[in-house]
Amino acid sequence: MSIDESTAAKVAKLARIKVEEEALPALAQEFNAVLGFIEQLNEVDVEGVEPMVSVTPMRLKRRVDVVTDGDQQDKILSNAPDAREGFFAVPKVVE
Amino acid sequence: MLDLTYETPKPKVIAGAKHDWELVIGLEVHAQVSSNAKLFSGASTQFGAEPNSNVAFVDSAMPGMLPVINEYCVAQAVRTGLGLKAEIHLKSAFDRKNYFYPDLPQGYQISQLYEPIVGEGEILVDMGPGVARLVRIERIHLEQDAGKSVHDMDPNMSFVDLNRTGVALMEIVSRPDIRGPEEAAAYVTKMRQILRYLGTCDGNMQNGNLRADVNVSICRPGQYEKYMETQDFSHLGTRCEIKNMNSMRFIQAAIEYEARRQIAIVEGGGEVSQETRLYDPDKNETRSMRSKEEAHDYRYFPCPDLLPLEIEQEWVDDIGKGLPELPDEKKARFINDYGVTEYDASVLTAEVYLANYFEASVGKGDGKKTANWVINEVLGRANKAETAPQDLVAPEANAAILAMVASDEISTKIAKEVLEIHIETKDDPAKIVEDKGLKQVTDTGAIEAALDEIIAANPAQVEKAKQNPKLAGWFVGQVMKATGGKANPKAVNQLVAQKLNG
Repeated sequence: MSIDESTAAKVAKLARIKVEEEALPALAQEFNAVLGFIEQLNEVDVEGVEPMVSVTPMRLKRRVDVVTDGDQQDKILSNAPDAREGFFAVPKVVE
Repeated sequence: MLDLTYETPKPKVIAGAKHDWELVIGLEVHAQVSSNAKLFSGASTQFGAEPNSNVAFVDSAMPGMLPVINEYCVAQAVRTGLGLKAEIHLKSAFDRKNYFYPDLPQGYQISQLYEPIVGEGEILVDMGPGVARLVRIERIHLEQDAGKSVHDMDPNMSFVDLNRTGVALMEIVSRPDIRGPEEAAAYVTKMRQILRYLGTCDGNMQNGNLRADVNVSICRPGQYEKYMETQDFSHLGTRCEIKNMNSMRFIQAAIEYEARRQIAIVEGGGEVSQETRLYDPDKNETRSMRSKEEAHDYRYFPCPDLLPLEIEQEWVDDIGKGLPELPDEKKARFINDYGVTEYDASVLTAEVYLANYFEASVGKGDGKKTANWVINEVLGRANKAETAPQDLVAPEANAAILAMVASDEISTKIAKEVLEIHIETKDDPAKIVEDKGLKQVTDTGAIEAALDEIIAANPAQVEKAKQNPKLAGWFVGQVMKATGGKANPKAVNQLVAQKLNG
């Protein structure tokens, strides 16, 4: 699989990362290098091998259904560029 | 157990300009899990709190915060799966669904695309006495809800509240087995009923705690049967998805509109393009959400913050043991044990509290008579007063009134009077009957005396009645009037017949 410039531009747009026109060829090339490595991994025969998700055998940690957090409106909003009446204020987004 | 037999409803047919068309509908129901805390954080799920007050740093996606799963939400999903007779997957896993929207601070929703917690199940959708459709459930997965954007507080800004961000949702996906707008609404109604019985979702559609995405396509008659035989979707038309509907009425109207729109396109020689649409209730139309199309490239991948979710069969079995009696079983039991009609059983089992109310009202009495009483007398009055039946009259009072009717102490007509007085005064029914002297007169002596007086005063009527026995009813009426409605009608009828013939 090979990534061309328009695919690189699309991936950048989906990730909301601004990439200048002239930077696209280099980006596409980087993608191709990564994918090339993954293709190399594809050569390993993993037939019947469970995907490994962790290097130590661990069970997913659980919490009990108790309210232990929240009630910190000021802290939640403290980094917001704009906040009004307890809400984050963002440029209009409407269908 | 469940021995109700039912017929499958006919699919809805819409006549186009050229052909008849049938509808094929699948639903994705998003049900907010009833829990105290969110799916991956310890913030409260309470609805209607101050904006951004039920938010943990996990929910607002502060760097370095990690999700920790709420085990109760997992149990709720398992409970829902068991209630829909579905396969429970002892191993499931979470994936990231990536998209950007201001009410999704993570930039992705944690969901379960590849390995959902619940697999195939089924739900019986009731369409009326003796008619129902068995709809297949494809899967249920757990995911995070998004926050809420408010668009009408400022002309240039949208306001974002993250209180709902991260609340657990169950997405319940059906197979395309629903064949008309009414069936779709009935499906949501039944789903809501089961979720409420299970206590896994409160079903509040107005607050958005239960909402549905509806997939609609059209096909020529006969095509659906081919799909069912082969499970090959190429026999069906291209579907469109109508997003985020939280009213039964709108679901039906949107499906109806969408089907006609697709028919017009296909009959006009065009092709339906697969897309996401939004229903506008003010204009009663659906329109394309073009802006969403690109965002639909979700680039799912396993969430690296969460290990696979492994649960034990024993734990699942324990949840299964705690399952309540569900609507279908309860309905069948009411029909079998109390002899009520299927229709009445449906009314009485619509909500658990109502079913419990009915059973407490039966007491030692007759089930069918109690059903009639509860439905016709109590529910009618409760609806009118816009209150719950148990707040209007205690079930024990119903049982007491009906027991007096059963023992001939009062007539049915007087029973309604006692009910009215009880609702007003909350007095004990037996005391009301005693105090107001409403006891039925079964003493034939007293009835006879009243009748004799009437006969003596109306010789002309007596002559007529002797010629025409149908006129005997006039005497019965007069006796009832003279006794203030308290005379036992059976005894009066007997005496009138005796006297007039004698």
